[in-house]
Amino acid sequence: MAEHVLLRHLDIPDIDDLDVYLEHDGFEAFKSVVKDRTPEEVIDEVKTSGLRGRGGAGFPTGVKWSFLSPGVFPRYVVANADESEPGTFKDRILMERNPYQFLEGVAICSFAAQANTAYVYCRGEFWDLAHELERKIELLHERKLLGKKLFGTYYELDIHVHLGAGAYICGEETALLESMEGKLGQPRLRPPFPAAEGLFAKPTVINNVETLTNVPMIISKGGDWYRSIGTEKSTGPKIFCLSGHIEKPGNYELPLGSTFRELIFEHGGGIPNGKRLKAILPAGASAPILPATDEVLDTGMDYESVPAVGSQLGSASMIIMDETVDIAWLAYKTTKFFTHESCGKCTPCREGTYWMYHLLNRIVHGKANLEDIDLLDNVAHGIEGKCLCALGEFSIMPVVTGIKHFRSDYEAHIGDAR
Amino acid sequence: MSESLVKLSIDGIELEVPKGTLLVDAAKKIGIDIPVFCYHPKLEPVGMCRMCLVEVGTPQFDREKGEIVRDENGDAVIQTWPKLTTACTTPVSEGMVVDVQSEPAVEGRKQIVEYLLTSHPLDCPICDKGGECPLQNLTMAHGPGVSRFTLEDKMHLEKHVALGDLIFLDRERCIQCARCVRFQEEIVDDPVLAFAQRGRHLEIVTFSDPGFDSYFSGNTTDICPVGALTTADFRFGARPWEMNTAASICPHCPVGCNLSLNTRREASSGGGEVVKRIMPRQNEAVNEIWICDKGRFSHQFAGSTQRLTHPLVRKDGEFVQVDWDEALEYAAEGLKTAGDKLLGLASGRTSNEDLFNFRSLMTELGGSAVLYESLAGGSYSAAYGVSGGTNIGDFTSGDAILVAACDLHEEAPIWWLRVKQAAERGATLVVVNARPTRLDAFASYRFHAAYGRTEAAIVALINASLGEEVDAVVVDAEGMKAAGKALATATNLIVFYGGEGMGYAGSESLVRACMRLMDETGHVGRKNNGLIPVWPRCNTQGAWDIGLRPTNVGLLSELDSATGAYVMAVDPAGDDPKFAEKLQGGIFLVVQDLFLTPTAELADVVLPAQSFIEREGTYTSGERRVQRFYPALPRRGEALPDWGIVARLGEKLGIEIEGSSAAGVFAAIAANIPVYSALDYASLAHAPAQWPDVGGADGFFGGTSYRNHQGVGVQLPHDAQDFNLIEIAIEPQQSEAAADQLLLVPVTYLYDRGTLNQLSEVLRPRLEPVEMKIHPDAARKIGAEDGADVEIRLNGTVHKLPVNFDGDVPEGVAIIGHSQGVPIHEPAVVKITPILSRGAE
Repeated sequence: MAEHVLLRHLDIPDIDDLDVYLEHDGFEAFKSVVKDRTPEEVIDEVKTSGLRGRGGAGFPTGVKWSFLSPGVFPRYVVANADESEPGTFKDRILMERNPYQFLEGVAICSFAAQANTAYVYCRGEFWDLAHELERKIELLHERKLLGKKLFGTYYELDIHVHLGAGAYICGEETALLESMEGKLGQPRLRPPFPAAEGLFAKPTVINNVETLTNVPMIISKGGDWYRSIGTEKSTGPKIFCLSGHIEKPGNYELPLGSTFRELIFEHGGGIPNGKRLKAILPAGASAPILPATDEVLDTGMDYESVPAVGSQLGSASMIIMDETVDIAWLAYKTTKFFTHESCGKCTPCREGTYWMYHLLNRIVHGKANLEDIDLLDNVAHGIEGKCLCALGEFSIMPVVTGIKHFRSDYEAHIGDAR
Repeated sequence: MSESLVKLSIDGIELEVPKGTLLVDAAKKIGIDIPVFCYHPKLEPVGMCRMCLVEVGTPQFDREKGEIVRDENGDAVIQTWPKLTTACTTPVSEGMVVDVQSEPAVEGRKQIVEYLLTSHPLDCPICDKGGECPLQNLTMAHGPGVSRFTLEDKMHLEKHVALGDLIFLDRERCIQCARCVRFQEEIVDDPVLAFAQRGRHLEIVTFSDPGFDSYFSGNTTDICPVGALTTADFRFGARPWEMNTAASICPHCPVGCNLSLNTRREASSGGGEVVKRIMPRQNEAVNEIWICDKGRFSHQFAGSTQRLTHPLVRKDGEFVQVDWDEALEYAAEGLKTAGDKLLGLASGRTSNEDLFNFRSLMTELGGSAVLYESLAGGSYSAAYGVSGGTNIGDFTSGDAILVAACDLHEEAPIWWLRVKQAAERGATLVVVNARPTRLDAFASYRFHAAYGRTEAAIVALINASLGEEVDAVVVDAEGMKAAGKALATATNLIVFYGGEGMGYAGSESLVRACMRLMDETGHVGRKNNGLIPVWPRCNTQGAWDIGLRPTNVGLLSELDSATGAYVMAVDPAGDDPKFAEKLQGGIFLVVQDLFLTPTAELADVVLPAQSFIEREGTYTSGERRVQRFYPALPRRGEALPDWGIVARLGEKLGIEIEGSSAAGVFAAIAANIPVYSALDYASLAHAPAQWPDVGGADGFFGGTSYRNHQGVGVQLPHDAQDFNLIEIAIEPQQSEAAADQLLLVPVTYLYDRGTLNQLSEVLRPRLEPVEMKIHPDAARKIGAEDGADVEIRLNGTVHKLPVNFDGDVPEGVAIIGHSQGVPIHEPAVVKITPILSRGAE
């Protein structure tokens, strides 16, 4: 592949050093927009690029920025660094290894949103990283790349780092805002959407770390350059987090639309120990399980093709499972996670995940009968479409698709009891 | 401008409702009950419980053509939304088609009930809510008959968590609807409850110290849709279906909250009927569906064993129990001899019927009927009080409320709540007080006026409203100008005034200043305009209307010239040893009360009266609403209603007084008191349908007690009269205090140590401590230490009590509660002496 757009530390050693970053045209994009462009022009450039939200939903970023309630100030920009999806570890590496590009992305987004304050919301476990980011923000102030009267204009910007308390739900943007306001992390009712009433009830842009890290390159190289990467509707590069039964786990930056086969076998080096590939979780615990058929393996990993074969691209955290994985056990594990992480605000998620967990507990411990499999399926489908936020809806995905594609794994446990 | 209407159909029924109406309310308007748990019409919707799932479709819109897609018949093509929708969070839209009974919707709601029940203990047979429980009712209506959940997987949680002294939480029963948390935050601004943990471990916790510190906490038990929150008063006390319900009116303050008293026969009281609990009764113009905790929990006095049950006559220095005939004859003989030296003392604690008969008797006997209270202004009520059709709940942007010289949060909590909410809806709120109060946070303008200078601040406001120069008494002249302008231009203006820091004369000046303000700004003679006096008693307004007046020479001098006294439901001897001294010598004393009060102990004849719980009658609220209350319990012993005792006494004295029934006395009031002439007892019981519908058969919002079957009362009309308001005496009081002296100001606390609160077992831990509050700087000047005892000399008597440093108390002032053991009725200049600890000597 050509030079990295995001994982640039692989091409440029020590890019996490501000001087090195500046040597490679760092903060030139921010400087150019502040000095020479209007916020509308920046938004248009991002719209042209076709950049879509990398947090999972894939919503067009430029469009999101243009939704801010006109004439209402102050406005805020929040970088969602609550990277919590099982199997996702891309935002952390960006913030650790290519932090200034990320912060420059936050800065450009803030200018486009006409915000003078931006926040980086880090998951609670990122305390070390959060302190490091704070130090780097301080350095940017020292170099006059943040603060008042930037580049001789009247634009000013400050970035603050906010540390969460370690809750999966706070990756949901409205729960994140509640948490930032010092409240219990629970999703808000929408509307109003954050673009109208977000942080402190003011217009707010919330974007994922990876999304924002794309922005400086879009500004410096242009939206047309960016959309030349990837597919027509899913433009640009994407970081794929590869984990599980894979020879070479790690982060891989590939154009959107690259196939599962390419990622797993060319870049990831295939399945260890000569085992057979059984299934893929393409978006951590939050997506339907994909059985590893040839059709699936030859599918492009983008926002259109993955849904076409029955799953979601999400945050592109690919968990690879070989033939030894018991899918009932997998569902037991993911459901335990969702039961633990359910915020408890809405009934189906709070009660349904708890019930599913107890049913799966019986199943994997050989205490269930065949009807319990159908009951589990029914309970899971009962949650579907009734939750307050998307996370409740996600919780059932590994369960219902596991039963659909790998029912025999479940039935094997019933045999245990007999 | 009329509200724009939106047309939609629900279950095939077409209807039009105002834009912005939520689906759940729109359905309610046409009698379709969409089940809810977290939704409550008084709270912001949150869409948490997901019980109100319905199927919704909207007209398909062709973006390119910019019009609605129509079929061959010209009907809009309806696109059903992909997911079920919560009716409590979805506003209506034009052409919306709602299917409450579609198969997915019915199935969806069934699943929600099933999920809820998986972690509910299903301990209905021992649950207080059982029988009036929304969860129980909705399970029967919408839930599955059998649980598929394995019992051993149930979570077990604490079942007796004391959130505070008054409210208990059963964590197993909680369904995490957050109605209680939201009520505390949104409605009463005591955000002392919150969720802790998450998921299935989500639990209600309190963060305040003491726990659940709020004057409104009991309301959370009403709106709790399960038996998770119960009151210390009622829990495990009775089942809802065993109890009788009687409509009543709260006797504790001038708001006149509508109550339902639930009673039951009990083995513990020898098979007698007792009050088990007090619940709010809906009256949207008065208390909506809320009451304060004093109103809810301070009722044990009625059932107290200390109640008087038989007439007593003093014979040879000792009380002897006698029958009514003997007692009344003895009383009549004694009072007859007093002639015009007969003094009658009563207060707004008793009903209109009692006071009317009392005054009639005193007039016939040639004596004087004195109102034993000291807030002025009642004689101006017909012209300047609020009148028929007034509802603070209607106040919004463009309206204004002025609150002067009172602490509504302590004196009349539901008025505090209603004024706060009016301010939150956009009404301009102006607060004029000598010290900070809980209302300040919601005020558009706050002015500090030293004790004794409140009327001067009102005069400054008048000048400001006229665009004239503002008196130097006010620090914030600019703010005063803006506030004056806001009051002058307000669509409606209500003025609440109290008597904090002033005596009768001071409050007379204040009320006249307030009347001038109403005149000058043109806020007289219309509904939603007028004065609301923050009376010390529930029926002070009625007492004034009937013609009782406070003394203008002082009670001591009244007692000096009296040879006989008839005291009804007041206790001067208990309030002040000076009065006790006077009552002891040379006065023939008849006392009529619930208890053998210190005054009654000095009496020649003691007559047992019924409490509001055992009888009927009417009270007139500070908002001039005449409301009926009804008997909830049978009479205790031989006790009679006050109006009946007075009538019987009249009979013995040869004076004809209506004594057949409360209705009869009320008819006499209507015939004799002009402003009551249009009222009749029956129409006071008129109970029109109210919105929101919270007491309906659906039972979604807390049982059956909300429904108002027995009357919302009638507000008195306006009656224009001319008063000379130009002369306003302004009496500075503070300047007289010497350097080592402070102005001791009595203030009102909700949980004072008066008899009624003392007799409520559950409220006892919440009663205000006996102490004096002083600003730390002032305290240091006199050498007092925080928490240490000081001495004050008042009218020649020395009182010892601890000092509490409070930065909110103005300098030069010490604050003490009424009914806290120190006999002080008006501000007094006192010398405060620290009691030196042994170490310091």
